[in-house]
Amino acid sequence: MLVNVKINNMEFQEDSSLTILQVAKKHGIRIPNLCYMMKEEVDLEHKPASCRVCVVEVKGRRNLVPACSTNVANGMEIYTHSERVRRERRTIVELLLSDHPHDCLTCGKCGNCELQDLSVELGIKKLYITGPMSQENVDVDEGSLRRNASKCILCGKCIAICDHVQSVGAISATNRGFGTKISLPHDCVNCGQCVQVCPTGALQQIDDTRTLEKILADPTKYAIVNTAPAVRVSLGEEFGMAPGTNVTGKMITALRMMGFKKVFDTNFAADLTIMEETTEFVSRLKSGKNLPLITSCCPGWISFVETQFPELLNLPSTCKSPQEMFGAIAKTYFAQKAGIDPKDMVVASLMPCIAKKQELKREEGMFDGMHGTDFAMSAKCVAKLMRRCGIDDLANLPDGQFDDPLGASTGAADIFGNSGGVMEAVVRTASLWMTGQVPKAVEYHGVFGAHNTREAYVSLGDDVKLHLCVVSGLANARKVLEDVKAGRVHYDAIEIMACPEGCINGGGQPINKLYEQKDVIAMRKEGLRNIDRNKAIRVSCENPQIKTLYADFLGEPNSEVAHKLLHTHYSNKQQTFEEETND
Amino acid sequence: MCTKITSKEQLLTMYDNVKELIEKRTTLQEKPEKYHISVCGGTGCMSSKSEEIVKSLKHWAKEYGVEDKVEVAITGCFGFCERGPIVKIFPDHTFYTKVTVEETERIIRRHVCSHDVINHLLYKNNNGERVFTQENIDFYKKQNRIALRNCGLINPEEIAESIAAKGYQALATALFDMTPDQVIEVVTASGLRGRGGAGFPTGLKWKFAKNAKSKKKYVICNADEGDPGAFMDRSILEGDPHSVLESMAICGYAIGADEGYIYIRAEYPLAIKRLRIAIKQATEMGLLGDNIMGTGFSFNIKIKYGAGAFVCGEETALIHSIEGKRGEPTLKPPFPAEKGLYGKPTNVNNVETWANIPYILLNGASNFASIGTEKSTGTKVFALAGKINNGGLVEVPMGITLREIIYDIGGGIPNGKKFKAVQTGGPSGGCLSEKDLDTPVDYDSLVAKGSMMGSGGMIVLDEDDCMVNIAKFYLEFTVEESCGKCTPCRIGNMRMLEILNRITEGKGEMHDLFELENLATTIQSSALCALGQSAPNPVLSTLKEFRDEYVAHIVDKKCPAGSCRSLLNYEIVTDLCLGCGLCARNCPTNAIYRTDKTGANARLNAYAINPDKCVKCGACVSKCPAKPKAIKK
Amino acid sequence: MRTNEEMFNELDRFIEQECNCDEQELIAILHRAQEIFGYLPMVVQAHVARKLGINVSKVYGVVSFYSFFSMEPKGEYVISICMGTACFVRGSDKILERVEQILGIKNGQTTADGKFTITTLRCVGACGLAPVLQINDKTYGNITPEDVESIIAQY
Repeated sequence: MLVNVKINNMEFQEDSSLTILQVAKKHGIRIPNLCYMMKEEVDLEHKPASCRVCVVEVKGRRNLVPACSTNVANGMEIYTHSERVRRERRTIVELLLSDHPHDCLTCGKCGNCELQDLSVELGIKKLYITGPMSQENVDVDEGSLRRNASKCILCGKCIAICDHVQSVGAISATNRGFGTKISLPHDCVNCGQCVQVCPTGALQQIDDTRTLEKILADPTKYAIVNTAPAVRVSLGEEFGMAPGTNVTGKMITALRMMGFKKVFDTNFAADLTIMEETTEFVSRLKSGKNLPLITSCCPGWISFVETQFPELLNLPSTCKSPQEMFGAIAKTYFAQKAGIDPKDMVVASLMPCIAKKQELKREEGMFDGMHGTDFAMSAKCVAKLMRRCGIDDLANLPDGQFDDPLGASTGAADIFGNSGGVMEAVVRTASLWMTGQVPKAVEYHGVFGAHNTREAYVSLGDDVKLHLCVVSGLANARKVLEDVKAGRVHYDAIEIMACPEGCINGGGQPINKLYEQKDVIAMRKEGLRNIDRNKAIRVSCENPQIKTLYADFLGEPNSEVAHKLLHTHYSNKQQTFEEETND
Repeated sequence: MCTKITSKEQLLTMYDNVKELIEKRTTLQEKPEKYHISVCGGTGCMSSKSEEIVKSLKHWAKEYGVEDKVEVAITGCFGFCERGPIVKIFPDHTFYTKVTVEETERIIRRHVCSHDVINHLLYKNNNGERVFTQENIDFYKKQNRIALRNCGLINPEEIAESIAAKGYQALATALFDMTPDQVIEVVTASGLRGRGGAGFPTGLKWKFAKNAKSKKKYVICNADEGDPGAFMDRSILEGDPHSVLESMAICGYAIGADEGYIYIRAEYPLAIKRLRIAIKQATEMGLLGDNIMGTGFSFNIKIKYGAGAFVCGEETALIHSIEGKRGEPTLKPPFPAEKGLYGKPTNVNNVETWANIPYILLNGASNFASIGTEKSTGTKVFALAGKINNGGLVEVPMGITLREIIYDIGGGIPNGKKFKAVQTGGPSGGCLSEKDLDTPVDYDSLVAKGSMMGSGGMIVLDEDDCMVNIAKFYLEFTVEESCGKCTPCRIGNMRMLEILNRITEGKGEMHDLFELENLATTIQSSALCALGQSAPNPVLSTLKEFRDEYVAHIVDKKCPAGSCRSLLNYEIVTDLCLGCGLCARNCPTNAIYRTDKTGANARLNAYAINPDKCVKCGACVSKCPAKPKAIKK
Repeated sequence: MRTNEEMFNELDRFIEQECNCDEQELIAILHRAQEIFGYLPMVVQAHVARKLGINVSKVYGVVSFYSFFSMEPKGEYVISICMGTACFVRGSDKILERVEQILGIKNGQTTADGKFTITTLRCVGACGLAPVLQINDKTYGNITPEDVESIIAQY
C-alpha cells in the first residue's frame, strides 16, 4: 500500500512494506547502522534492532525508533538526523566505544572497521563516557579464527550467518547484561562466513603471513606456491579492480616478486582430483555402493559432515582436495624431479578460504610423516602481504606464467571456484571416458523452494542416466543430506560447497564495499566462466602434464601410489567435553 | 467429585450443594456448634511454620476430643504478612496474629472448647484497641479485595471450595450465554487495564488477538513476577489458582485459542504445586481440557517454568523463553497479538489481571468500572513493605492516596522515624516524596509524578534511607537483569551504575550529575524494550526529588541519611560512654579500645574507635546500651 | 549415590518421553537435568544438545542466560539471602556481608569442603519477615547480622 511520508521535510510516496531505513536509502539519505544486515544472495535479513545506532525521530512519538525495523506509515514525519537524533546516536556510539579497546592502530581491522568509520562520521573526538570494559582485550586463536571478545559489539551477524546460512550454530550469545558475549565456537567448520560479516575486529582470520615472510627470506628453504581458481578473479579487488577481473598473470608476477621459487597452479591439482574422483565415481556406480558420491574438495563441508552427520562418512569421496593433492605431489613427484629434499620445501597455497588452514593440519592427510601443504593464505591476507612487499599497482604488473611441471590446467579446473564446477568437471571427464564425447554444459534446474540447491539429469550414453545435485551453503546441504538419509531423494552424486555459491564467495575472499555482494558473486562467477571458455583444453583427463604425471609417477588413477598420496579418510569429530572448558 | 460437569445447570447445582462450605464461614455467628480454623498458607506464613501450626491444631483437637467440632485447613495468603502467621477462626471471624505453635493448645482449649477469645493474639489497632475481627482491623478497613477475594477464604487445593466461591460460573456464563465479542465488550467496558506494569487496556488487547486471523492462537499467563519487592501474583496463584485458570479459558473462548501456558518462576514451588493440583482437578471435572462443560469448546493449560530472568516479564522475552530460547525481547511491532508464541497470535496477561476477569463477568462491567477512577478502574494489589508498621499485601481501589495506604492501612512508619519517600513500580518506577503523598494512586497520576504503577511493589523509606543508595540498588538490579541485547541498556545502565558507585564512595564530581541525566535520557528514548527504557527512572526521580542528597555526597562528601558506608565515620562520644565495653566485645575487627579518660560513668574509662581498623559495620551502635547512644556516625 | 549412567538414562527418558526431543522444551529439560545432576556441566549440556540435534553452543547460551542454572556444583547447604527491596531496606546487605565473613567466601561461591554455598535471591515473598535468609528449604526471618553465626552453627 502506498503511503505518504515526510523524511527530513521532503515528501515521498512509498510502499508501507518498506522500512524507514530502506526508504531513506532510496532517496540518498544514509542512516548509519551496525547490526542491520541484508544479504540478498542468501536470502537473509538480519535486523535485531539491537545496536540502536539507526534510531530516528518520528514526530508524535516519545521515544526514538530504529529505522531498520520500523515500517513507514501514512502521515509519518521522520527526522533521521535532527540535533536530538545526532546527539543520542553519538551517546550510543560513545557507549560502544567506552566498552571497546582503543588500539585501532594495531588492530587487524584498522581501516576496514565499521565502528571506526562511525566514530569518524559522528565526529567523536573525545570520550566523555568511560568505564571498565566488559571483556579483556585478548586475542584468542582457535581453528582458523582469531576472536577478541572485547571488540565485539554484539550485532549478532555472525550468529545469524552461522545459524541460518550454515546451520552450524557454532556460536551463541552467552551470559547476559554487561557480561554478554559470543561463545567459543563448538563444532565449528571454519568456513569463515562469520569473519566476512563482522563489522569490527572481533572476528578475524588468523594471519600467519609474517611467518611466511621469514621463510621466504630463508635461503635454506625452498618455498613454492599454488593458487586456487577462485582467487584469480577476486584478488584484483584488493587493488581497485572490478570483481571478476582475471589477474592470473599479475598475481604470478607478484608472487615471484615476493620470493616464491616456483608459482604453480592449484588448478593442476584440480584436474588431478577429477581424474581420481571420476574413477572413484565410476567404480561406485558400478558397484552400486556408497552412493551418492559427495565431493570432498571443500574442507568446510568435510568438517560439517564429520561433526553433524557422522553416520554419512561413507559418502564423501576419499579424494583429497586439490590443495592437499598439490602438496603431496609437490613434495614427492616434484621434489624428486627438482632434486630437493621435501623437508626443505615449504608449500604455500593461495586460497579463497580459511578452512584450508585447518585442512592442511589433518592427520589423515599425512604421507611419509609429512603434511603436504604448510601454509594456506587467504586472498585477503596475501593482498596485505603483497602491499608489504611494495606491490600496490597490481594492474600494471607484467603478466607472468605458471611454472612447469605443476602449472598446466584445463578449463574444467577453473570452474572449481563456482558452485557446480566440480560436478561439471566430473561429468566432462566421465562422459569422455564412457561415451568418447564431451557433453555441453550441464543444465541444472533449481530445487523447488531451495536457494542454491540445483539438480540435473545427465545421460552418459544409453545405459547410464545420472541424477546429480549441486548445493552450496551448509544449511542447504543439511536439507539435502536429511533427504538423502531419509531416502526421500536419490542422487548419484552431490557437490557440496560450504560457502554459498562456492569458493568465489569463500570466507577468505576480499570484502568489497563498492558493490552489492550478490553482484560481486555474479561478476566473479562470470570471470571464471570466461577463463574456462577461453581455455584450449577443457576436460581434465586431457591435461598433458597430468598425463605425464600418471605415466611417470602415479601409474593410473586410484593406483596404490595414488591412494597413498591422494586419498584420505574421515572420522567422527564431534566435540566431547571430557575436559571442562568454556568461557 | 469426579463426575464431569456437562452443563451450566450442573455447575450451579453443584454450587448449591457446596456453597455452605463458604457461607458458614462468611456468615458471622458467635459461639457456634462448629469452628473452622483457617491458617495462612502464604509463603511468608509458611516460613513461620504455619504448616506445623495446622498439624498442632489438629493434634490438640484430638487430645481435647473436639475433632468433630473443628475443621482446620490451610488457605491462601491473608496479606497481613507483617503479623504472620495469621490464624482466622470462622464463623465468629476472630483474627489472630503472630500465632506460634505453642499457642495452638490454647486456641483449641480456650477458643474452641470454651468460646473464649485469646486477647494477646488479637491485633492492636493504631489507637491501641484490640480488635476481634478482620474487618475492623485498620489494615483491612480501606481495602477492597477483588483479585484477592478468595485468598485466605478458600482452601486452594480443593476445587469444591473454589466452586463454592462461584468459581467457573463466569466461564459458564461466557460459554453458554455470551458470544466471544460480547465477552470482549464486557472486559473492554469494565476499563480493566493490565496489572503487570504498563496498564494497557485488557479488552483492547483481547480484541487485537481475536482479530488476528489464524487457526491456532495462544493464551499466556505471565506469572514471572520479577519486581524484587512484589509478590501478589504468587499469593493469588497460591491462594486462588482456579480463578486464573478460569479466566484463561474465558480469554481462549473470546479470542479463539484452545491452548494456554502459564509461565511461572521456578522459584515458586508452592504456587506450581497448587496450580498443578488445580489443573488436574478442573480437568477431571470437565471445567478445563477438552469439551468444557459439554460445549465443544476445549482449552488446555500447560505450565512452563522460568529460570531466573527478570526480563522475561516482558512479553516478547517471555515468549522466547517458552520457546526454549534466551529470554531476549524483540522489537514491537509485531505485537504478540499478531505474531507471538511459535509465530501465532498470542494474548499475554499477568496473574493479577486474570484474577479480576471472573469478578467482572459475574458482577458486570459497570460494577467494576464504578470502583476506582474513570481511567483506572477497579482495584490494585500492592506489596507494602519497607519501613512500615503493617506490611503485607493490600488491595485498594484505584484513586486512593498514597497517604491513605501508608498511614491508614500501613499504620505509618515504625520506631518514630520520619517518612522520607515511597517507591512504587519497582526497578521501572520512581521515588515520591512527602509532597506527593496526596497523589491518587492510578496509572496516569503516578506516571505524571515520574513514577509508575508497575506490578505493585510499594516500598516505604524513612530518614535512615539514602536516596542515592536506593537508586543504586534498583540500578544494580537492572544491570544484573539486563538481557544485554541493546547497547543503551547493556552499557548505558552499567555506566550509570559506575557513576552512582563513585558518588556513594565520595568520589563523585558535579558533572557526574549531568552525565547521569544525559545517559538516562538516551537510555529512556532509545533502549529496545520497556525494561531498558524505564531502567533510569529510579535515578531520574531521585535526582528530581532529592537532588540535595546527591549534592551532599558529591560536595560535602557526606551521606545525610548516614547509610553510605564510605562516607561514614563512627565515633564514640566520650561524655556519653558508659564504659561498659559491650561495643568492644562485639567489634569484629577489634577496632575499639579503652581510653584513659572517664566518660558518663566515673568508675569506668570510656572507649574510642580506631578509624583505621573500623569497617563501619555498625555492630557497636546496635549494642550500645547508653541513651542516647554514645556512638555517633 | 546413582551412577552417571543411571542419571543420563533418567534424563534421556525425560527428553524422549515427556519432551519428544523437542528443542522448544530445552528449558524444561535443563531444569530436570539440574535436578538430576545438581548442576549443568558441559558434558551434560553437550548430551542434551545431541539429543535435541542442536549445537551445544545454543544450550550453553541458554544455560548462561538464566540465573537459576548453575554450571558449578552447589554445596550441601545453600544459604540464600533475599535481596528484594523490602529486605534490602531492612539491611539484608549487612546480613550477606556477615555470612560472607563467617564462611570466608563470597556470594556465589562454595566453601572448600563443599558444605555451604552463598547465593542471593530476589524477593521470596516474605517481605513481612524482612530481612530473610534461607538455608535450603528453611526460612529465617527478621534476622540481624548478630544472629547469623548462631544460625549457621546449626548446620
